Amino acid sequence: MKPLTPLQKRLLDRFQDGFPLRPRPYRHIAETLGVSESAVLAALADLDARGVLSRIGAVFDSRRLGASTLAAVEVPPERIESVCARIDALPGVSHNYLREDALNVWFVAHAEDEAALDALLTALEQDVGLPILRLPMEAAYHIDLSFPVDEDAPVAARRCA
Amino acid sequence: MTLADPADRALLAALQDGLGPDARPYAALAARCGLNEDEVLQRLQRWRGCGLIRRFGLVVHHRALGYTANAMVVWDVPDERVDEVGRRLAAEPAVHLCYRRRRALPRWPFNLYCMVHGRDRATVRATVADIAARLGLEDVPHRLLFSLRRFKQTGARFIHDTP
Repeated sequence: MKPLTPLQKRLLDRFQDGFPLRPRPYRHIAETLGVSESAVLAALADLDARGVLSRIGAVFDSRRLGASTLAAVEVPPERIESVCARIDALPGVSHNYLREDALNVWFVAHAEDEAALDALLTALEQDVGLPILRLPMEAAYHIDLSFPVDEDAPVAARRCA
Repeated sequence: MTLADPADRALLAALQDGLGPDARPYAALAARCGLNEDEVLQRLQRWRGCGLIRRFGLVVHHRALGYTANAMVVWDVPDERVDEVGRRLAAEPAVHLCYRRRRALPRWPFNLYCMVHGRDRATVRATVADIAARLGLEDVPHRLLFSLRRFKQTGARFIHDTP
C-alpha cells in the first residue's frame, strides 16, 4: 500500500472524532492544520479511493436508538457468497465478516425495536434456510473505535462515560 | 426508539451515508432531510452533547490501514467473574471494544468478546497469549476468530423504510 501522506495521517489522528460541526467543516480543518481546503478535500478523496475511509459521520450509541445484536451463522463454504449477498442486502445489517471458525459468518443487525429485529432475523433464517445465533450485548466495557495511524502516534483511547 | 420526532428520524436516516465532499456538507445533508443547515447542526451538537452520538468524524476501515490481522477473541468466563475480567481486558492497550454478550447455549458458550488488531496473526496470537497469562485467564476457555473477509461495513441503520 502506498504510504499515507503526512496530511492524511494528521487527518486520521485528529478527526476520527471531533469533526467540526460548523457550516464549512473542511475549511475549518484546513485552517486548523494550516493547509488549503482543497488539499483537505483531495486528501480525503484519496483516502476514500484507497478504501481507508468508510464514511465521515456519526457513530451512534446504538443501544439508545433501537435494538441491535451480533449474529452468527454456520454457512457451508460453497454457499458463502450467496448467503452473504442476502445478508448484505438487508438495510439493517451494518457489519458482516467472514471469520475463521465453523461458525463463520458474523454480522450485526439493527432495527427499531426488539420485535422488528427478531422479525428481520427470522425472515433471514427462512430465506437462507440456516439457523442464526443471536448474541446481543449485555454490557460494554470499553468504547474505542479509533485506530492508531501508525505505531509511533497512537490515537488516545476514548471511553464512554 | 428514542427519536420520535419525524425531523430527527429524517436526519438520522440521511446521515447514515455520511457527509459528502461539499464545501457545505451540512447544508447538503439538510436538503436531503427537509431541514436547514442550522437545524441540522443544532441537532447534531445536541446528540453529540448527550452522548447519543458517541463519535463524529472519519470512520475508517482498519484493514486498509495495515491492520490486516483482526481477531475477535471470545471467552467463556464464569458469570461471577465476567464483569471484572471485562474491565481488565478493556484496559489492555491492545484491546479494542470489549463486550459481554448473551451465551447461545449449547452451541456457543462464550460470553465475553473483544477485538485485537495487529499487523500479522503471529503478533495477535502472542498478544492474546500474553494478556491471558497476565490476567490469569489461561484456564478460561477462549478462541481467536480471525477475520478472513469483510463483506459489509456501514453505519448502523435503524430505520429501514426511509431512503
